[in-house]
Amino acid sequence: MTELPKARIATASLAGCFGCHMALLDIDERLIELMKLVEFDRSPLTDIKTFSHRCDIGIIEGGCCNEENVHVLRDFRRNCDILIGIGQCAIMGGLPAMRNAIMHSDEPLRECLEEAFITGRYIRNTTHNIPNDPALPLLLDEVYACSEVVEMDYHIPGCAPTGDVIYETLSSLLAGKFRGFEKEKIRFD
Amino acid sequence: MHVTDTQLTQASNWPDVVGICETYANDPHRMLDILRAIQDRYRHISQEAMEVVARQTGLSKIAVEGVASFYAFLSSDPKGRITIRLCDDIVDRFAGLTEIVEAFESELGIRMDETSPDGTFSLEYTPCIGMCDQAPAAMVNDVILTHLTPEKVREIVARLKSGERPEDLISHRFDELSPRERADRMVDGNIRHAGAVLLGPVPEDAGLKASLNLTPAQIIDTVEASGLRGCGGAGFSAGRKWRFAAETDAERRFIICNADEGEPGTFKDRVLLTERPHLLVEGMTIAARAVGAREGIIYLRGEYVYLRELIEEVLADRRERGLLGDRILGEDGFDFDIRLQMGAGAYVCGEEGALISSCEGLPGEPKTRPPYPVTRGYLGFPTVVNNVETLCHVARILDRGSKWFFGMGTEGSHGTKLFSVSGDCRNPGVYELPYGHSVAELLEMAGGEEAAAVLVGGPSGTMIARDTFDRKLTFDDLATGGAIVVFSRERNILEIVEYYMSFFVHESCGYCTPCRVGNVFLQKAVGKFRKGLANQADIEYLRDLSATIIETSRCGLGMTSPNPILSTLENFPLVYSAMVKPSKDRTRATFDIQSAISDARHLAKRRSYIFDRDFGE
Ligand SMILES: Cc1cc2nc3c(=O)[nH]c(=O)nc-3n(C[C@H](O)[C@H](O)[C@H](O)COP(=O)(O)O)c2cc1C
Ligand code: SF4
Ligand code: SF4
Ligand code: FES
Repeated sequence: MTELPKARIATASLAGCFGCHMALLDIDERLIELMKLVEFDRSPLTDIKTFSHRCDIGIIEGGCCNEENVHVLRDFRRNCDILIGIGQCAIMGGLPAMRNAIMHSDEPLRECLEEAFITGRYIRNTTHNIPNDPALPLLLDEVYACSEVVEMDYHIPGCAPTGDVIYETLSSLLAGKFRGFEKEKIRFD
Repeated sequence: MHVTDTQLTQASNWPDVVGICETYANDPHRMLDILRAIQDRYRHISQEAMEVVARQTGLSKIAVEGVASFYAFLSSDPKGRITIRLCDDIVDRFAGLTEIVEAFESELGIRMDETSPDGTFSLEYTPCIGMCDQAPAAMVNDVILTHLTPEKVREIVARLKSGERPEDLISHRFDELSPRERADRMVDGNIRHAGAVLLGPVPEDAGLKASLNLTPAQIIDTVEASGLRGCGGAGFSAGRKWRFAAETDAERRFIICNADEGEPGTFKDRVLLTERPHLLVEGMTIAARAVGAREGIIYLRGEYVYLRELIEEVLADRRERGLLGDRILGEDGFDFDIRLQMGAGAYVCGEEGALISSCEGLPGEPKTRPPYPVTRGYLGFPTVVNNVETLCHVARILDRGSKWFFGMGTEGSHGTKLFSVSGDCRNPGVYELPYGHSVAELLEMAGGEEAAAVLVGGPSGTMIARDTFDRKLTFDDLATGGAIVVFSRERNILEIVEYYMSFFVHESCGYCTPCRVGNVFLQKAVGKFRKGLANQADIEYLRDLSATIIETSRCGLGMTSPNPILSTLENFPLVYSAMVKPSKDRTRATFDIQSAISDARHLAKRRSYIFDRDFGE
């Protein structure tokens, strides 16, 4: 019996806190089971920065708050057959999208940056400048959910989703048996 | 806030506020009347005034503030001595609202939502004021102005600036005119077709007299047998509603007439209140006898304040003639009187629970049902809430008999109905027709044959396209509280939908999150379609979110608010699909990176190393 080729998985953290990647590791020793079925391509876990092959599954944490996020996300879409958003940031912008609430300003982005770096009550920024290194990607006008930028195939809800849900979703997807989530597993109240 | 002694003494600096409260016996249930009177007197309700009201009525200040902040016609900031409210419904927009706004703004030197520095003028928008057949229309304090043009606006402002009162714009002899004459000078009747029941000749109090020969139970049987269904929109059997109220054990019962007429495009109650006020009160009196109520309320929308005196005069006249008050028509134990309750600019107050809250002096929020008003309504007592037209029908049914009424219309929809037709047609106005006519037939009468779309039942109703104009105006096919809004080929369906969603956003009472927030999202999503930024998934999103709002809202407002979207998705699918941008390589063509980074480019004063090709050149 020939061994099935392993599925290739790539992951990226966009405008997220890395908590979802931590949750990915939270599947504990089942990681060993999983590694029998998959190999990781581009991912912070492997420190591979570009796609070496086309991938079966791309996993995205975080939404898009800057141009680089958009660039990476589009790259993932073009190089992955299935794209999965994990966590509320990827699904709807999450915590970073709180800045979208600055709506009644003529310059919401400026107002946001000034509060974050200059005028905020708890800021100790001795330079009194907003960081503007040429290597910093430009911010977007708003924080966007991934599905606003590319088509997403699946979303795993949670902040962060539990290791169990991530493991079960990935393994059933790999087995071609994913039929949606059990209600209790994605209930958070 | 803790009220100190000095603040209490300050209350005595507000003798008028104390006086106003005393006029209403310091009764917290009359809060809306008290606050309306303060608003009229001071052009706003100040924090100090609220404290005085709280003290007089024994409520907390926050409770008073809760009511004062709920209604559009009450304000905590001082409004101009002359407040001009322009109807900004889509009908008025299509009738030239933009030019009217420009004329007011340039003549008054203020923008919309502003008050002139000398405190003379305020300029505001307000949703449909029930003058859709004579748009563009506006309220200037309590005066209604219709058929506005930029020239008229210039003349109006000049005269107001020269010191004339808004009333003088109607007639220099305004004070000498009767209430009916005043109403007629302000507003056209526009009765285009009189039917057999309401708008044709109507004998005086024949129904009331006939009801004296019947027992209360027989009256209810008659009304039920006539097939009369509520004309306010929901279409509940009037007779059954009365029976429930009559069967509930209670010390007091109430009859409330719903004259809130807030559904955009509806103005048939305006015509009945002007032309048939006696018939309405007669109907209420019959209802009172049937269910054993001694007290009644007419809840008149704030926008119809120009009809207040007319109705007060009718009530006074009937009291004098023994048709209202104790021992009506000399009958022992037949006691019934009515008070007029003015609203203050809130669409949701037409919903019967909210209307009752409003009459009780509370913010106009719907109540959780059950219990229904027929068992626990006004002040907790069994209450019948009926629409103006329903009650007028009752009086005629008692006169002519249930068979006569039942014989008109169609199976399940008996009798006649008033339709208020407006928009793109030659003969806007009110048509009384038996149920069962097709939309096409009504359009022909109204001179709207060219219509591309017709909104039946207002924004909470159904928008239909030419291919289904043969649909029937009945409860089983196209139900309507009366609104028929006609749109020609030139009109942009998505613009209409977006406006109506903004209406619901504005009018949601805010109690249910899906209605308060969901409608904002729906409106934004429609905006995306209009800008060509929608993708296929947005159509699903509209459907899903609409379903959630409908399922999880507490009152009819939320349950019907997605209808402009759902009915156009159903009947004008191409309007949406034509605006959808397909994805390329599964990346969204609707996401525009260039516009998303343009603010940051400007702020950082540099270009993008990813998306600007000439970067580094
Ligand atoms: C948001 C909303 C607004 C309403 N507005 C009115 C109105 O302006 N006039 C009216 O008669 N009924 C209105 N209704 C319907 C009333 O709740 C109630 O069904 C009606 O007054 C009952 O009278 P009827 O049975 O005679 O129609 C409204 C309902 C909702 C949900
Ligand atoms: S969803 Fe929660 S855990 Fe995941 S990236 Fe966002 S904030 Fe972090
Ligand atoms: S559905 Fe809307 S209007 Fe009705 S109670 Fe809820 S929030 Fe208020
Ligand atoms: S009054 Fe303007 S649309 Fe009804």
